[in-house]
Amino acid sequence: MVEILKRRKALAVDPLKASQPLGAALAFLGIHRAMPMLHGSQGCTAFGKVFFVRHFREPIPLQTSAMDQVSAVMGADDNVVEGLRTIAGKSRPALIGLASTGLSETQGTDIFRIVREFREQHPEFEDTAVVAVDTPDFSGCLESGYAATVTALLDQLVPTPAMAGTHPGHRPRQVNVLAGSSLTPGDTEVLKDLTESFGLRPVLIPDLGDSLDGRLTGEDFSPVTVGGTPLGEFATLGDALATIVVGPSLYRAADLLHQRTGVPDHRLDHLMGLEAVDRLMLLLSQLSGQPVPERQERERARLQDAMVDTHFMIGQTRVAMALDPDQLLGFSRFLAGMGAGTVTAVAPARGPALADVAVDTVQLGDLEDLRLGARQSRAQLLIGNSHALASARQLGIPLLRAGFPQYDLMGGYQRAWIGYRAGREILFELANLMLHEGHHEIPTHRSPYAQKRHEAHHVPATSSATGH
Amino acid sequence: MKQSDLQTLLDEPACDHNRKAKSGCSRPRPGSAAGGCALDGAQIALLPIADVAHIVHGPIACAGASWDNRGTRSSGPDLYRTGMTTDLSEQDIIMGRSEKRLFHAIGQAVRDHAPGAVFVYNTCVPALIGDDVEAVCKAAQRHFATPVVPVDSAGFYGTKNLGNRIAGEAMVKHVVGTREPDPKPEAPPGITLHDVNLIGEYNIAGEFWHVLPLLDELGLRVLCTLSGDARYREVQTMHRARVNMMVCSKAMLNVARKLQARFGTPWFEGSFYGITDTSQALRDFARLLDDPDLTARAEALIRREEARIHELLAPWRSRLQGKRVLLYTGGVKSWSVVSALQDLGMTVVATGTKKSTEEDKARIREIMGEDTRMIDDGSPRALLDTVRDYRADILIAGGRNMYTALKARIPFLDINQEREFGYAGYEGMLELVRQLALTLESPVWEQVRRPAPWATAAVGRPLLNPEVGHG
Repeated sequence: MVEILKRRKALAVDPLKASQPLGAALAFLGIHRAMPMLHGSQGCTAFGKVFFVRHFREPIPLQTSAMDQVSAVMGADDNVVEGLRTIAGKSRPALIGLASTGLSETQGTDIFRIVREFREQHPEFEDTAVVAVDTPDFSGCLESGYAATVTALLDQLVPTPAMAGTHPGHRPRQVNVLAGSSLTPGDTEVLKDLTESFGLRPVLIPDLGDSLDGRLTGEDFSPVTVGGTPLGEFATLGDALATIVVGPSLYRAADLLHQRTGVPDHRLDHLMGLEAVDRLMLLLSQLSGQPVPERQERERARLQDAMVDTHFMIGQTRVAMALDPDQLLGFSRFLAGMGAGTVTAVAPARGPALADVAVDTVQLGDLEDLRLGARQSRAQLLIGNSHALASARQLGIPLLRAGFPQYDLMGGYQRAWIGYRAGREILFELANLMLHEGHHEIPTHRSPYAQKRHEAHHVPATSSATGH
Repeated sequence: MKQSDLQTLLDEPACDHNRKAKSGCSRPRPGSAAGGCALDGAQIALLPIADVAHIVHGPIACAGASWDNRGTRSSGPDLYRTGMTTDLSEQDIIMGRSEKRLFHAIGQAVRDHAPGAVFVYNTCVPALIGDDVEAVCKAAQRHFATPVVPVDSAGFYGTKNLGNRIAGEAMVKHVVGTREPDPKPEAPPGITLHDVNLIGEYNIAGEFWHVLPLLDELGLRVLCTLSGDARYREVQTMHRARVNMMVCSKAMLNVARKLQARFGTPWFEGSFYGITDTSQALRDFARLLDDPDLTARAEALIRREEARIHELLAPWRSRLQGKRVLLYTGGVKSWSVVSALQDLGMTVVATGTKKSTEEDKARIREIMGEDTRMIDDGSPRALLDTVRDYRADILIAGGRNMYTALKARIPFLDINQEREFGYAGYEGMLELVRQLALTLESPVWEQVRRPAPWATAAVGRPLLNPEVGHG
């Protein structure tokens, strides 16, 4: 049983947490022609926008209801209606994602009522979907905000079978995929390719790999997302053969989709490493009736070879990690499978995955907690976002960058962690980190009697000094 | 090198191979040769001398594939890690310009790196075309005012083992005895400093630094380790040691023997692998130095260190107890490592004896019992069959066999010179157990041995409700 240690400090030092509204924005960004709008002050959006722009190195559509001090006190409902009207009129998005913030929640705003008012006042925008979600930043973290948003999308966009005439298996090759926030654009791409390699048609909710994969498009500018799950797909989810759910944070969303449509779902905690990917392949094989493709058998054998080759460097490595709950689960299990131990695990907030993380305790906290824990547990490797670099330097151990944000690593947003092939690449990277930065040398001993005791000892690596 | 010189080198009176019908080292057999050539052996033996410019005189294949691949460590200069070769071209060879090139190469090395000395390793092509490497070295030494030592080690002379001897021979002939040791430094009151040498200790991964502090404590001044973390000026003084220890290797036996013949230095064979052997080596020093005070202090140190390390090893012992080991390594290491493994309660089910002498084998029988399986055939197939037949849990061997084991999904420990971990001395045992446990207890073996889940599951028609549990 994993013990979860509550935050015990007044001050968060080097925060790990990315807020719920950011998670909401991220989920909305995986829908085609979407525009997220945060109901809060201008800064809520501006900071979030910079956060994602630096991470993805892409223009990020993100709007704000721009509460000011008058509307903060007197009511900001009009700001929301005006914001929705402006976006709908100007950018013609397929979807406006409306997420609340700490400010609007504290004020006590009922954003669902405001959406109803907007609908009444502006029937001319009935083609523009609006999905609202409560995501105050004073609770949860990016992962929970994302999960709440996926739930809201399903709740507000998936019709009942009675309304839409859907029934499970009507589209016998369609597989719905609820893609958790632990999956990068690179990951969702892998997931789609794997599913398609069995002759199945994946519909990802949301599809970040289609919208934030980082590509030059034909249009020189788009105010809304380009790529992502087409809105129309939500109506087809009830016809699918099955739903695959990746990450415990989305199991509640999965409950809702299952209750709404009756489509059976299959839940995978994570997709990192041999056993987890094996489960996915077996599932896809059973769903499709197709054998596992030769190609994947090959990738699997390569991963096994890499596991054997790298276990010398990775085995028994003490790892400290600070990640959102689903990622903690995936990384800790993956490393445990290699014989490495997670000695310090820090999560920014609770999540259903924490119960199954391969550790004794998870600390809810910040990067300072990571640093202290890593020092105390003599960790040899850190896994965390770019902010953890300073901690890694202080500890003198290598950092594997994962999670949000990664602003100092080109392509970090795009990196795939799941599947056999990515598994192999991670193993190589970890082994190299340990070889080059993590190897513990036997301390040099200089005998007081030796005939070389008068040597100068400050010999740089490439020096030709002889020291005589 | 003349055939007669080679014969002399092959005839090693101190080696038990000499007493068998086939005298000397075995010759490589076409089509079934494994292991390195004489150049390889010579380089390996001397490369750890840290302040020397090691120049391989030959075309690129000789140095190109072999430089900077040793795990040895230096406490000071790292010139030894700079790869140097004359990289002979077709024109050099046809036009007879290789000697001139060598001369200038030595000059360049002296000018750019100010080495303690230059060692020139001869290779097959210059040996074949008749370069007079010794004469070039002599001329260069005079001209550049730096010691230049020829090591005539053309690959076709013979095996790696022969190369080790050639290297040792070169040191004895050209270097040892060319300088008197530095004056003895102050020792703590009541302690007499004794000068000793270690021959065949390579400081792999810095492992000798686990042992050296103990020698310091006992008042043993190491004049030179041939050749781990050595300096040229240390090699020069080896003749003044009062005792030589042959560490874990038959390879440079000729050095110990010749130093005894020329300077009367007694020597013993020992090993720093394992608790028993480490203690024994310290006792042997005391015994040969014949200093009762040293003997008493050595015994006290042994008691203290053994107690300390036994306590540290206790938690590991239960994890390794009874695990079955197939040890495949050459020569003396086969018995020295056996003792280390037995100290941990492990069972050595078989050991390689391809390079072992009759004496080594006798010693193995003594330690492991009469019915120990000895493996002469080191082919991958034979090793894997033995692992299976003897239900070994782990293969311990040199890096060359690593991937044989891994492909067969067998835990593996590398004990040869390229390894990254030091196992010598009492302290080294801790690293040894860590590495043993790391591979033995790794969860990867179970995962790579198990068939893919769909290999057994029925695949054929679509299922609406497959049985897949939560991740």
